[in-house]
Amino acid sequence: MSELGTISFGLFIILAAVGGAAVLTWFERRLLGIWQDRYGPNRLGPFGILQVAADMLKLLTKDDWVPPFADRMVFIFAPTAIVVAMLLGFAVVPFGPDLYVLDINIGLLFFLGMTSLAVYSVLLAGLASNNKYALLGGLRSAAQMVSYEVFMGLSLMGVVMLTGSFSMRAIVEAQRDMWYCIPQILGLFTFMIAGIAESHRLPFDLPEAEHELTAGFHTEYSGMKFAMFMLGEYLGLILICCMITTLFFGGWLGPWLPPVVWFCLKVFALICFFVLLRAAIPRPRYDQLMSLGWKFMLPLTLLNLLLTGAIALALRG
Amino acid sequence: MMESLFYIAALVALVATVAALTRSNAAHALIYLIVSLLAVAVLFFLMGAPFAAALEILIYAGAIMVLFVFVIMMLNLGETGDIRERQWLRPRNWIVPGVMAALLLLELLLALRHAPTLTSGVAVAPKDVGLALFGPYVLAVEIASMLLLAGLVGAYHLGRRFIVRREGRSN
Repeated sequence: MSELGTISFGLFIILAAVGGAAVLTWFERRLLGIWQDRYGPNRLGPFGILQVAADMLKLLTKDDWVPPFADRMVFIFAPTAIVVAMLLGFAVVPFGPDLYVLDINIGLLFFLGMTSLAVYSVLLAGLASNNKYALLGGLRSAAQMVSYEVFMGLSLMGVVMLTGSFSMRAIVEAQRDMWYCIPQILGLFTFMIAGIAESHRLPFDLPEAEHELTAGFHTEYSGMKFAMFMLGEYLGLILICCMITTLFFGGWLGPWLPPVVWFCLKVFALICFFVLLRAAIPRPRYDQLMSLGWKFMLPLTLLNLLLTGAIALALRG
Repeated sequence: MMESLFYIAALVALVATVAALTRSNAAHALIYLIVSLLAVAVLFFLMGAPFAAALEILIYAGAIMVLFVFVIMMLNLGETGDIRERQWLRPRNWIVPGVMAALLLLELLLALRHAPTLTSGVAVAPKDVGLALFGPYVLAVEIASMLLLAGLVGAYHLGRRFIVRREGRSN
């Protein structure tokens, strides 16, 4: 692609991701409703899809309040960090053989770096709010994200080992014979759990557990700043689904249909699965969450790494 | 083009680092330090070391700094911390370190006049880094891993004593 083409495609991806995240707020509630035997938002427009516009108007007209006791600059900066980091993460996603913004030989590391920077949004929001609930939410999320980041990176190293590259396009091309969800089933399992914990969605939304911390780190946020946090969370969900598709389900590969359609279908199916997880699984206790991460998931990831390394070496030698 | 990008990132790194040193609010200082680390990552990338750049973001900006912010949150000093810090950072306390840093800067500038060019111009792929680390530098990797193991055992020991004491009290 030419430079101009890449830039316009990048802008298109940003718009599409933000629009997708907005529609996802309605779609998720509708899907949750169906699975819980109720309707969900179904009144406004066909199937209730105009609920998105109504919610947006409501958030825009709300009073955007900065508490007088908060650290003003950091308070305003915090919600932008997560949105910017997540949108940057989309740069390395290959949507088709020629549809990508960036193809660098550290693509996977770039994605991991961006997700780790998104942590600051939650942390700084908790710190700047100067509120006990927000602080506790921020502390929890710091511990949770650092713990789950450890094996999030490690769980992907099996894929890197099999491909021999960090480039996202090379990873997809290497799955022509077999998708990595079969040889890397342990990696898929651990990455998926780490991905939910990183985007702190239910059942791993302890930083904002409403029954004990009111709303956790965004207790003091209202109006568009609150909307930015929500946008960041849904962008994170879409990004994680894009990553799982690319790394484990063959990305754009598939018969008959054009590559982009395959990619979007796979991402859509994964998003539905993530919503189903939210509908089905209760929230664990905080100590259960931490011991699951360190005592079960981390050893499992290391085992996967050991096995993959041994098999890769045996096949090569 | 590349050169101007390099100098912009270098300027950001310098300004952010100075700001990180002089802020009296610990949280603000840490944010500046994170910006400085990100700028250094851009520098690495421009100099043809993308793997080092990625690790700079992933490890330093993404993990170690998070722990720093975590500690700040745990202490939660607030206003009292700011006031105490401001007393420590009074202008006359800057004289001696300032002079010493200026001397070092002078030496650096003199040395740079005879230094070779900016970069070798060759990008180092992640694979080359791995081959170098587990080839000629494998001893350094092993020593680092032993050091980390010692740190891990120490942290476990300190944490364990705390847990035993707390459980004893509840009994």
